[in-house]
Amino acid sequence: MARNIKLRIWRGDSTDGGLKDVVVEANEGEVVLDVIHRVQATQMGDLAVRWNCKAGKCGSCSMEINGKPRLACMTQVASFGEEEVITVTPLRAFPIIKDLVTDVSFNYKKAMEIPAYEHPKDLAPGEARMEQIDVERSQEFRKCIECFLCQDVCHVVRDHEENKKSFAGPRFFIRIAELDMHPLDILKNRKKTAQEEHGLGMCNITKCCTEVCPEHIKITDNAIIPMKERVADIKYDPVRWLGTKIRKREGL
Amino acid sequence: MTLERHKYDVLVIGAGGAGLRAAVQAREAGLRVAIICKSLFGKAHTVMAEGGAAASMGNVNDKDNWMVHFRDTMRGGKFLNHYRMAELHAKESPDRIWELEVWGALFDRTKEGTISQRNFGGHEYPRLAHVGDRTGLELIRTMQQKIVALQQKDGRETGDMESGIKVFAELTITDILKEGGKVAGAYGYWRESGEEVLFEAPAVVIATGGVGKTFKITSNSWEGTGDGHALALKAGANLVDMEFLQFHPTGMVWPPSVRGILVTESVRGEGGVLTNNLGERFMFKYIPDVFKDKYADNEAEADRWYEDQDNNRRPPELLPRDEVARAINSEVKAGRGTEHGGVYLDVSKRLPAELIKKRLPSMWHQFYELAGVDITKEPMEVGPTCHYVMGGVEVEPDTAAAVGVPGLFAAGEVAGGMHGSNRLGGNSLSDLLVFGRRAGMGAVEYLKSNSAIPVSDETIHAAAAKIQAPFDRQGGENSYSLHAELQEVTHNLVGIIRTGAELKDAIIKIAEIRKRSANVAVTGGRKFNPGFHLAFDLDNMLLVAESTAKSADSREESRGGHTRDDFPGMSNEWRQVNHISSFDGEKVNIRKQSLPPMPKELFELFDIHELEKYMTPDEVAKGGSN
Repeated sequence: MARNIKLRIWRGDSTDGGLKDVVVEANEGEVVLDVIHRVQATQMGDLAVRWNCKAGKCGSCSMEINGKPRLACMTQVASFGEEEVITVTPLRAFPIIKDLVTDVSFNYKKAMEIPAYEHPKDLAPGEARMEQIDVERSQEFRKCIECFLCQDVCHVVRDHEENKKSFAGPRFFIRIAELDMHPLDILKNRKKTAQEEHGLGMCNITKCCTEVCPEHIKITDNAIIPMKERVADIKYDPVRWLGTKIRKREGL
Repeated sequence: MTLERHKYDVLVIGAGGAGLRAAVQAREAGLRVAIICKSLFGKAHTVMAEGGAAASMGNVNDKDNWMVHFRDTMRGGKFLNHYRMAELHAKESPDRIWELEVWGALFDRTKEGTISQRNFGGHEYPRLAHVGDRTGLELIRTMQQKIVALQQKDGRETGDMESGIKVFAELTITDILKEGGKVAGAYGYWRESGEEVLFEAPAVVIATGGVGKTFKITSNSWEGTGDGHALALKAGANLVDMEFLQFHPTGMVWPPSVRGILVTESVRGEGGVLTNNLGERFMFKYIPDVFKDKYADNEAEADRWYEDQDNNRRPPELLPRDEVARAINSEVKAGRGTEHGGVYLDVSKRLPAELIKKRLPSMWHQFYELAGVDITKEPMEVGPTCHYVMGGVEVEPDTAAAVGVPGLFAAGEVAGGMHGSNRLGGNSLSDLLVFGRRAGMGAVEYLKSNSAIPVSDETIHAAAAKIQAPFDRQGGENSYSLHAELQEVTHNLVGIIRTGAELKDAIIKIAEIRKRSANVAVTGGRKFNPGFHLAFDLDNMLLVAESTAKSADSREESRGGHTRDDFPGMSNEWRQVNHISSFDGEKVNIRKQSLPPMPKELFELFDIHELEKYMTPDEVAKGGSN
């Protein structure tokens, strides 16, 4: 059954903007992105919003809905109260371009800083043999749809612009973990560079990233904590530290 | 204001699987490459591919090889495929999959540790390399990361990571530019700012994907607006067989807001069965004569097949997509559909809950979160959704060069010929890789004897004027409403079942909408303005729809993704005909062209009695073209 709902949409650009109230029709089963599209088609032709698949697979329609980072295509209108006003605002951690669209280029720059996968030199195409159980650890992280909600919610950068330079963010910690746990990757010292170059140490495991992940990836428990533990083991355990010095063992 | 200009060797329009694969190929040959994406990098429609990539690696059944895959592909396409494309595709797919592993992809494994392969409609053996039901995501991420790896290498050598390959995200191309009959570059605008950009490049690869947004119910994202099809037409290239559209049999049907979203064929590959509201497993009634010897005609045999594939025929749920889509359509029309106008698809009785969640994780997620349905306990409601266009740019199979336009290449869904009248599931991801690479190679080869051509001011001004036009109009048409009207016309008149009268009506209606679209006015400024963006997308969709309606009106038979109520049979004479669309600046014209006949060595891969079902006695007697 169609009903009218109250929507409050942030409109504006980097210079100025504010919340605008609209009343729009919502039908049974619709998600927030549906009603935003209806506003766009009938009331605000130039309302800027990113979206692609509308099925929770591409991670484009990230925004903050009633203050929570979410995918608009996976947020049911019916999950809010009948009289509740639904407020949609752009991702807070990134610069605003227009309306609900932000400049997420920070993430693509960070992606370019993570050393790529390195395949064993003597392993020809088709020769790889891996156990399912071994690939599954990295596969969990490769489920990431790059919606950047984890990057948005992470308080290390959410309210601290100055940290962005030295902090890759949860999305790229799972990228490093994925490569580190990849059964074939031969590049060494991934955990060490995570700590020294990508800001792993700045994370204080509040698990906000895990909470907002639409793919339910256990970012903190399965990627960040295991890497932190290994880093701590090697760096601060005197016996192990000595081992890396004496036998020139690869530590991390 | 000065115009933003860029010079590259190769411009790749489209950052899905085919575009990225082409870019990798061109860059590895030392060329400077620009990649254009309409959305953010890594969001292209390839991420939506679920089931897998077909390649006859033979990891699960060692009887598989390229010849079996070739035969399956030709059968799936009802022998209208360009034989050479199907041949290259079948031969090269395994190498393209293994190559992804060298770039870091992590496919699901067999017990032996090789890449696991799953069953899919129309494929004789388990053939689809996959990662759960998110194979497309794995493909695009792997290539996205391969591009980054190439950029890091360039960075080490030149100090600038973007010196050899640069991604231009959220940019729309509005024109392919030509000088003296050859490609010279392309023109477009940044979606973010609305500012215009000129690319000068002597080779342009179109890899823009499909046209689904022309239709009301589609599995495609907003990007599937036929941009590449229209750009190619306007640049003087041809489209081949645009009447063939694949309606995927299983899209979601409820709630209305998710209508059309894809339900992967893997659900059936993993044992899901289709039933109507009487509880009848209806697919047994719809096995066409040409497939009778390969598909089980009773439930007991169909069920046994999941355990023993050597001694049983396949379940009819795994017929090619066109057959299953038509069957569902017929059941619903006969009043045997579900409450919401679909049929039931149930995997809960075949597999235990934890296995469903493991093998079909995103399906579980999708139904649970969007429809409130737990697929481990209850059936899904599904119905046909516009999924894929078999028709596309007419290309030279080996080089992916667009026929008639030197310097232009096309690969992936935007290219035609490979899939004939119907594509098999899993053959799209492998198509992207095989022909994406070939398009890259084609551009490299072309540039050995061709170099940059300066774009004239006149050409630039013409392209710029088009972009400004909708802002200068007053009180004209609204692009959102025109788009909705077009979708009604295609849905009602050019849909899954067609008639000559309705198609003629559609041609008139599309022309009327096109006339009105010349008056589309845009409110607001240039900065990230979706209304402005849609004005250009709409123009492309209208050209595509015209081409489809006219080709469909001309083809007086039913085959694959083209079903005519007034010509229900498949005609062996029509099998010899390709429809070629061209654009004269005003309208799309259709002409007939002979399908290239198979050479002897491919002809002889088939049982002669099978070929008799598709070919004329003369063709069969001739036994191949050489």
